[in-house]
Amino acid sequence: MNNTLKFAASVAALAAASTFGGEITGKIKLNGEAPPAKEITPIKGDKFCGALHTKPVMTRTYVVGADKGLANVAVYIKAGLPAGKTYSAPATKPVIDQVGCVYEPLVTVAMVGQTVDIKNSDAFMHNVNCQSKVNKGFNFAQTTQGQVNPKVFEKSETAIKLICNVHPWMAGYLHVFDHPFFAVSDKDGNFAIKGDLPDGKYTVEANHIKAGTVSGDIEVKGGKATLNLELAVK
Amino acid sequence: MHTHSSPDQHRPWLFRYAVVVALATLGLVCIGGLVTSKGVGMAVPDWPTSFGYNMFALPISMWMTGGVFHEHTHRVWASGVGLLVVFLTRWTAGHDARKLLARVGAVEIAAGLLLMRVNPLWKGEAHFLLGIGGVVLAAAAVGWKNAPASRLSVRLAWAAFWLVQIQGSLGGLRVVLDSWAIGGTTGGVVFGMIHGCLGQVFFVLVSCLAMSLSRGYPRWIRDIGSSARFAGSSWVFLGTCLVFGQLLLGLWMRHQHAGLAIPDLPLAYGQWWPRTDPESLLRYASRREGIDAITALQIHMHLFHRINAVLAVSAIAMAFRASRRVPAGMPLRVLGTAWMHLVLVQFALGLFTVITDRAADVATAHVAVGSLTLALGSWFSWAVRAQQATRNAGVSESLPESGLPQSSAVG
Repeated sequence: MNNTLKFAASVAALAAASTFGGEITGKIKLNGEAPPAKEITPIKGDKFCGALHTKPVMTRTYVVGADKGLANVAVYIKAGLPAGKTYSAPATKPVIDQVGCVYEPLVTVAMVGQTVDIKNSDAFMHNVNCQSKVNKGFNFAQTTQGQVNPKVFEKSETAIKLICNVHPWMAGYLHVFDHPFFAVSDKDGNFAIKGDLPDGKYTVEANHIKAGTVSGDIEVKGGKATLNLELAVK
Repeated sequence: MHTHSSPDQHRPWLFRYAVVVALATLGLVCIGGLVTSKGVGMAVPDWPTSFGYNMFALPISMWMTGGVFHEHTHRVWASGVGLLVVFLTRWTAGHDARKLLARVGAVEIAAGLLLMRVNPLWKGEAHFLLGIGGVVLAAAAVGWKNAPASRLSVRLAWAAFWLVQIQGSLGGLRVVLDSWAIGGTTGGVVFGMIHGCLGQVFFVLVSCLAMSLSRGYPRWIRDIGSSARFAGSSWVFLGTCLVFGQLLLGLWMRHQHAGLAIPDLPLAYGQWWPRTDPESLLRYASRREGIDAITALQIHMHLFHRINAVLAVSAIAMAFRASRRVPAGMPLRVLGTAWMHLVLVQFALGLFTVITDRAADVATAHVAVGSLTLALGSWFSWAVRAQQATRNAGVSESLPESGLPQSSAVG
């Protein structure tokens, strides 16, 4: 009886770990001194955009937080997933918002087939010019406040640039993956990739729009793993 | 059938109208330059409609928003120049032009109607054809029985007529095919560069047309023909070619966003010829705000632009030196002096473009003065060629009607 219970408990723990417990956490740090952010001066010169800001709007090329943590880094499984396995796209819809004449968030991550809502929260027009190199590019205008245009990307692609030509300083970036194991680092460089990630060995890659990419190998055990990566100033 | 007017038969109002068209074209080059400098070429995503509106019915509130102002103004201004050129052709080519204008207008309207039938999605493009066809037909409908201007002026006018329509279509293709992949780049870049290049050529053409219609032109040609042989012909031709090459290099840089691939002066990243290995390129990119990489090709093209600038200034300086031997007040001397001054202004603007971190207004002024430098070089080449033709024909013989051999009409 005791052995049976122990066996059942082990099976349950294993099942829980492999079905619900997948999580890779860690921190992305920046090695080197990031150049200081600069003010995006054209915003002040635009009568609509300038009126929305009381403080200077700064560039976000490097956003460095506590303990040299680097924000806006896409972190994702690069290799190690079962070959041939396909994943269904999540029902959640990431939102790429244009607010105050800047893209929020700067970096968005989504899965192939997942709907991405592109929104204009400003009371005036923006155009969304998607400069994709793998997926089909598009360019459309969002003329009304609150307008949302859903978009679905068919192929995996990193750092798809979205720009507004009406306000040419505006740029946002989208990473699209063919699996659901990805995240974006927060203001202090911390990230958490959550999902049904089976135990095993994986390669994780971190991709920053300016600093480039760095990768590391990990082993997920009991659904958990920790990985810290360091990107150098470029 | 009307015979061509003698070049001596001046038509002051036609000349004034041609000057207006040339100035409007220069304005259009400036606005086009501003569109590229500010990176707002795709602020209006559709063409020939603007946000689905008929181009001429776009609400003012949308027109005045950010980069839409520059891009839409460029479109409306270009339409105005197109209209002016069609009627300039009718006026310059005289009553006889009506037949060809009517045919062209009818074909364009028929093509527009056909396009609409073939695919309703091409309604915008169909409206574009219907619009220009309508304008051309309207010009054909002008019944005024005026005689054509000189043969040279008529040829230049017809060249401008065709070129303005091609140029308008290229501007549209630059928008419509923006994201198309063409040989490792995009349709937007390829058509944008061709559009920019033809814009410069078109300005040269229209300015030459205006000059051929001026009161002073026949005397100018006679003065050139009777003056002593000009010793700097080769420098003039070489300088003009170098200026044109410089404009092409500049166009490439502007459309590849390579204007600041080298941010320092007079050296490049502290060297006369910078290293372009991957590590160095990464180091250069780290100095630049934003994420765009710097490529070896961008750096090399930027260097060629600098080297070519020195060559062009040197060639023009030699032409200027030769022009100093021409008696004061004579056309070749005036042209040499003006060209030298203009290219120095252009050289300074090039330096300021880098120093000011490619400020849009400075970069646009660099484009505009570049157009003027090319136009002046073309006039100078034209004048020198006219002198050679006259001398070959013998000074005692009468000048050909245009003052030029037929093959060199455009200079």
